[in-house]
Amino acid sequence: MSLLGWSLVLLPGTVLGAVLATLWITSISIAALGVGIPLTLLATVLVRWFADLHRQWAADRLGEPVPARPYQPTPDAGWPVRLWTILRDPTTWRDWIWLVVNSITIWLSCGLSLLFFLFGVVYLTYPLIYQLTPSQVFRTPMGEGFRLHSVAQSFWLVPLGPVFLLLWYVTAVRLANLNARVIRALLGPTEQARLRARVQQLATSRAETVDTQAGELRRIERDLHDGAQARLVSLGMSLGLAEQLLPNDPQAVQQLLAEARESTSRALTELRDLVRGIHPPVLADRGLDGALKALALVNPIPTTVVTRLPGRLPAPIESAAYFAVAEALSNAIKHAQAQQIRITVEFAPHRGGAAGELTMLVSDDGRGGASIDSGTGLRGIVRRLAAFDGTLTVDSPPGGPTEVRMSLPCVS
Amino acid sequence: MRVVIAEDLALLREGLIRILRANSFEVVEAVDNGPALIRSLTTHRPDVAIVDVRLPPTFTDEGLRSAIEARRQIPGLPIMVLSQYVEQIYARELMSDRAGAVGYLLKDRVTDVDQFVASVRQVATGSTVMDPDVVSALLTHRSTDPKLLELSPREHEVLTLMAEGRSNAAIAARMFVTEKTVSNHSNSIFTKLGLKPSEDDNRRILAVLAYLEG
Repeated sequence: MSLLGWSLVLLPGTVLGAVLATLWITSISIAALGVGIPLTLLATVLVRWFADLHRQWAADRLGEPVPARPYQPTPDAGWPVRLWTILRDPTTWRDWIWLVVNSITIWLSCGLSLLFFLFGVVYLTYPLIYQLTPSQVFRTPMGEGFRLHSVAQSFWLVPLGPVFLLLWYVTAVRLANLNARVIRALLGPTEQARLRARVQQLATSRAETVDTQAGELRRIERDLHDGAQARLVSLGMSLGLAEQLLPNDPQAVQQLLAEARESTSRALTELRDLVRGIHPPVLADRGLDGALKALALVNPIPTTVVTRLPGRLPAPIESAAYFAVAEALSNAIKHAQAQQIRITVEFAPHRGGAAGELTMLVSDDGRGGASIDSGTGLRGIVRRLAAFDGTLTVDSPPGGPTEVRMSLPCVS
Repeated sequence: MRVVIAEDLALLREGLIRILRANSFEVVEAVDNGPALIRSLTTHRPDVAIVDVRLPPTFTDEGLRSAIEARRQIPGLPIMVLSQYVEQIYARELMSDRAGAVGYLLKDRVTDVDQFVASVRQVATGSTVMDPDVVSALLTHRSTDPKLLELSPREHEVLTLMAEGRSNAAIAARMFVTEKTVSNHSNSIFTKLGLKPSEDDNRRILAVLAYLEG
């Protein structure tokens, strides 16, 4: 039904489009006269607004996110410069082509759809229309060769109503999608613009990854330097002193040796924690499935883990997924005041081939109110996942429950 | 006491051999990979096996898997597993056959030679010894369990030491109380946890751990 409404909006829209196209062409052609310049700028603003409305509609229709406006930024300079930028932007001309094409395709898609619907309604109520309208109108529904003489005869046409309505019902969505595709093809960003945006995004995520890794390395270096390394030095000192004292003071030596042993034990604990932070051994041993189960086991809040994985995944994916889930889990433990936590990890292969999508769901029955903007925890996960083109969404109304949904594309 | 060692790092293997020999164990064989471990255990049938979790050829948990496999072939074979880190999931797997006589310790516990040797002997004689890290993780992380919340701090302490494989006498010495007090505490623990008391140390610990496994 909403499609019918859209038909009614989009169809008159083409009239406006045609007006705009004319206005535009006229203003460009008189741009040389001077008055054309502000007129062109005005027309451009209107056309772009009009095109944006259609982009939005097409995106809603196709269920795909609206790409950023594909226009080149207009410099904040004099009117001639701005006009020149607009005229040089290929998108400007694609908009114009779209205005022309649109005024035809809309009639084919929305118009046809609307026509089917109207026919359906008209035929369904034909006897009524026949009765209500003055004679000579609606007497020849199919041309001169088929003339109706009475209300009873007009009932013959009623079955055509459902046929047209069915036709409308079957084709409406397809025609609307076709229309949306035409709009997307002409108004969406060009391949070049898409690539430019992709390169931009990759550059950002790479910069973040490099930053994060450099930070990690600094932390590891600091931990080793202040921790294990220092303890080994103190161990050496204790042993050296013990060696020196051995002949004279066996009691002090015993004390020193005990201290030395304590030092090694501390150093080992620190190294162990460090290794866990870099790559948890259980993840190396057992993969994502085993590591998550081990994680749930030492968790103060009862946690169920459900995994559907086709064996081991590529190591970087396993690691990213593990840390993302671990972080989301510790967030839930720290802030949610939950009674139950549930972790679901699922791998959905793409058709044919080993590539696919790993989705991770961490949900709790806590108090909700989590958001990416509020804490550093979720933001950290977003950055970690972004390096793999992964995404994170949070559904956490105040009062709960909270659901953190993460996804990681896996290419192999 | 005859012992088989499986450890792939030569330095640590030699260190273990030295410690055990100095404490009058007979090291019948020291191997450095999983398949060799199973072969050695089935051939020599030692009193106890000391096994590193991570062994070649996979360098993951080959040692653990081989030990569990060997135990399937020789039921009740006492096994002491050493690891750079402890995971509850591995502790569970080790005890899954419920035939007792397992040990699971962090590698650095070896540096306390007396305690380590005592632990190996305990496992060889049929006790279960869990690393304090495993036990404390079990106790603290499950502390929301109503049954565990009923335990007094003293009982908590006794339960921890018990799970580490210590005898009542050792627990008494450690806590500066009499053996009678320890035995009273343990009876009270069994009642609160709903477990039937038993004189058998090994079964006692297995029962406690089985409860903690949930």
